[in-house]
Amino acid sequence: MSTAATNLEPHQVPTTLSSRAIARARRAASLKRFARAFLRQRGGVAGLVIMLVFIALAASAPLLFPRDLLDITKTLGNKSLEAPSSRFWLGTDENGRSILAVLVWGARTSLIVGLAGSLISMVLGTLIGIGSGHYRGFFGSVLQRLTDWFLVIPFIPLVVVLAAVLGQRGLGTIVLVLGVTSWPGTARLVRAQTLSVEGRPYLERAKVLGDSDWQQMTKHVLPNVMPLVLANTTLTVAIVILSETTLAFLGLGDPYRDSWGTMLEKATNAGAASTGAWWYLLPPGICVIVIVLAFTLIGRALEVVLNPRLGSE
Amino acid sequence: MSGASNESESGSVSAGDDRPVIEVQDLEVSFRGRAGGTARAVDSVNLSVERGEIVALVGESGCGKTTLARTILGLQRPSSGEVRYQGRSLDYGARALKAYRSDVQLVLQDPTGALNPRLSVYEAVAEGPRVHRMDDEPGRVARALSQAGLRPPDRFFLRYPHELSGGQRQRVVIAGALALDPQVIIADEPVSSLDASVRGEILALLLQLRRDLRLTLLVVTHDLGLAWNIADRIAVMYLGRIVEVGTTEEVLSDPKHPYTQALLSVVPEMQQIEPVVLRGETPDPSRIPTGCRFHPRCPALLDGRAERRGVDDRCTASPLGVLPSTGDHRAACWLAEPAVRSGEPTPVT
Amino acid sequence: MPLLELRDVHVTYYTDEGPVPAVRGVDLSVTAGEVVGVAGESGCGKSTLASTVLRLYPKSAKVTGEVLLEGQDVLTMPWGRLRAVRWNEAAVVFQGALHSLNPIQRIGKQLSEPILLHDKEANAAGSTTKVKELLAQVGLPARYADAYPHQLSGGQKQRVMIALAMSCDPQVLIADEPTTALDVMVQAQILDLLTGVARERSMAVLIISHDLSVLATTCDRAAVMYAGRIIEEGPARQVFEQPEHPYTRALSGAFPTIGDATSRYAPVGLPGDPPFPGDLPSGCPFHPRCAYALPVCPTVDVRLLPAGPDRAAACVLVDQAVAAG
Repeated sequence: MSTAATNLEPHQVPTTLSSRAIARARRAASLKRFARAFLRQRGGVAGLVIMLVFIALAASAPLLFPRDLLDITKTLGNKSLEAPSSRFWLGTDENGRSILAVLVWGARTSLIVGLAGSLISMVLGTLIGIGSGHYRGFFGSVLQRLTDWFLVIPFIPLVVVLAAVLGQRGLGTIVLVLGVTSWPGTARLVRAQTLSVEGRPYLERAKVLGDSDWQQMTKHVLPNVMPLVLANTTLTVAIVILSETTLAFLGLGDPYRDSWGTMLEKATNAGAASTGAWWYLLPPGICVIVIVLAFTLIGRALEVVLNPRLGSE
Repeated sequence: MSGASNESESGSVSAGDDRPVIEVQDLEVSFRGRAGGTARAVDSVNLSVERGEIVALVGESGCGKTTLARTILGLQRPSSGEVRYQGRSLDYGARALKAYRSDVQLVLQDPTGALNPRLSVYEAVAEGPRVHRMDDEPGRVARALSQAGLRPPDRFFLRYPHELSGGQRQRVVIAGALALDPQVIIADEPVSSLDASVRGEILALLLQLRRDLRLTLLVVTHDLGLAWNIADRIAVMYLGRIVEVGTTEEVLSDPKHPYTQALLSVVPEMQQIEPVVLRGETPDPSRIPTGCRFHPRCPALLDGRAERRGVDDRCTASPLGVLPSTGDHRAACWLAEPAVRSGEPTPVT
Repeated sequence: MPLLELRDVHVTYYTDEGPVPAVRGVDLSVTAGEVVGVAGESGCGKSTLASTVLRLYPKSAKVTGEVLLEGQDVLTMPWGRLRAVRWNEAAVVFQGALHSLNPIQRIGKQLSEPILLHDKEANAAGSTTKVKELLAQVGLPARYADAYPHQLSGGQKQRVMIALAMSCDPQVLIADEPTTALDVMVQAQILDLLTGVARERSMAVLIISHDLSVLATTCDRAAVMYAGRIIEEGPARQVFEQPEHPYTRALSGAFPTIGDATSRYAPVGLPGDPPFPGDLPSGCPFHPRCAYALPVCPTVDVRLLPAGPDRAAACVLVDQAVAAG
């Protein structure tokens, strides 16, 4: 019988190695290919570098700027709203704290909220998206309506309501709110991709072979949906960070934590704009813009790499 | 070039099992059309397939053959009528359906689309046994790949579909079906998306599987040449109904239904017959013509043959009965004597 | 003088894995009123060949040889002249063309686009009349000009693509797999249409297909391609019924004659797969799959040899047969 001798490669597949080992080797090879393709995206690399710098700074905040620096009671000796000098590179805020210190500590808050919020969004969005795409009947429409409903909830009033209900405006509330309001975007995307994958013949084959719904969704749909989800999640991080900043700026943030949004809020309240204290307003604003840009660049590059039809190939 | 031998190839019936393996009775499958009407994709069909037989379900696109195949597989529930496997009506409960799936398998049309590009050949073939928790998974996979002609099987375990040719991919799909030790395989256009020079090998493989594994095959195709190559019996479908049925020799050498006659005449290999090119296309299943569903395009009606035989008013007004599933060469046509003589068919609503 | 003539055409694609010779020396000619068929499977280079006629191959491809449209070499034409030639003098109906209709534009608008593009004197009213004529030519009612592509069936869409190709009254028409994915009845209708149009207007028509039997019934002459070369040619019916090359024999056997007892339960196929153009076997590219291969076959790169009056085949066996008398 034919084995297409002309089409087989000369290298021998060692049959002594287990199939798992070979599968692992293949996965490593494909990861390497992915890394190489990603590194060719200049925007993505730039975004990645920026993100890593911010993460490094945020992670090493306690080393660079000891917590004491943030304690208002310890800064009585400093002048308030002092312009940048050799001692305070970015000047001081209205309580005499080093703005640079607050900025770096603020990065932690923003990044934590961003990553935690998008994680919730990704998990919820993927589960509900695949579910509403796979189940066509009553259950599917229920999930769809749920998605639509959450899609239109505005996050600002929701924070206010939840804060009143839960009794506190901590970081947890904020993460919850942002996660709950951003998953529908992911869900709709995932649903569309699920529908497209479900139309492919290998899903029908899986059904014929006897796969249950769960097996179909996890074995076939999920791996095909994940690349899209990853690219979308990085973009979601950017949105969540921006939303957190907005909330904090409006005074709805966690009052006991410094974030870039609270810095902007305090700066505005202290009248930094009218007194010309640009060192208070500009740095947090610029940081937000830069970090959002970084994640957007990464997300875009991921999209290009993971979906070959979008790229220039 | 390969070619199986001609002798002793026709359908073998194993001793002691006279029941047809698959039986379809008065099957109807309707869909709600987009404009609100009902589209009757399968409009009352009787069909039976004996053990070890290869039956070709022949028709053009829109005739309902794929819907019929999917209904037999249990992927589609009929609006009325029943599908019987080994004499028992199909149970659509989850467990019963799953057990059915290990007996009746499907080979799809497009091997490239039928395989998940992220799974290796081993994983693709092992999927069935894994789902059904069969033992000796590596042994089953190796055996199935060998039976499908991919030897030595372990050379193919770790390949991925995009590394294989079209013919090899179709063999992998076939192996995936064989891994469950099925009794019946339904093949939907098994070679239409493959290169011409590769078709013969796959068809020869199907014949060999029937011979060696006593498989029963139902092949859905639009290709009469394929039916001539491997089928024992042919059922010709038009607009949801079987219009002619019989052994391959009977139907293709002496077609009784004008639709079959026309189809046969335009097959490029048939040069001795003057081609009868039908005008227009198959009508929408939501607007099935009254009387004989083929009458608007029927050459016999258009050129006067029906009138001369005195059946033309029946063609336009009286619906024909549904052909029975067993028996000899029959055609659902007022011109075909057995149909005219075998009693006035009960009008089908 | 033939309307279309290809002389020693070579096409090489440059990919990441190196140069891939898709077409390796093809000579072909089609005269007015003639229908020529090119048969072959995937990877044989037939679609690439079709793309050279209007210089539609990718920029990275290297093409040598001559492609003469009414005597003028398309490959060396200046860009302006090429644009004028495209669609006006030669048109192509591509494989899977029915999917390239713009889904949000009406058929009439899409048909009038090339007319307005090429004819400077044309106006909207004139093009509407022309569109109605085109639809009539391909057997579609005039009201289909107001329809959207999704309202048409596969066969009807293919007719629209043929009408689109005819819109500027070209002298040369190339149809690449015009009937794949169509039912056999619709296939017959489309083929009738193509040949009818060719004879009526004395056009030169080139039909590319993997189905040799289709070409046998519609074409005057047929050429069979394998691995970038023509390996057999002659009158279409003869090539199908009395093939000289073992590959042609397999190709014609793949579509059996119904009623022929020898093909009952005896499907004819070839072991292996069509070769990938970047990785061709040595000598005769068909030898790994050939049942009649001789020891000399892997060593000699055989070209077309005469195999009878008006017949040629690229096989050493032909030479011996001819030599034997």
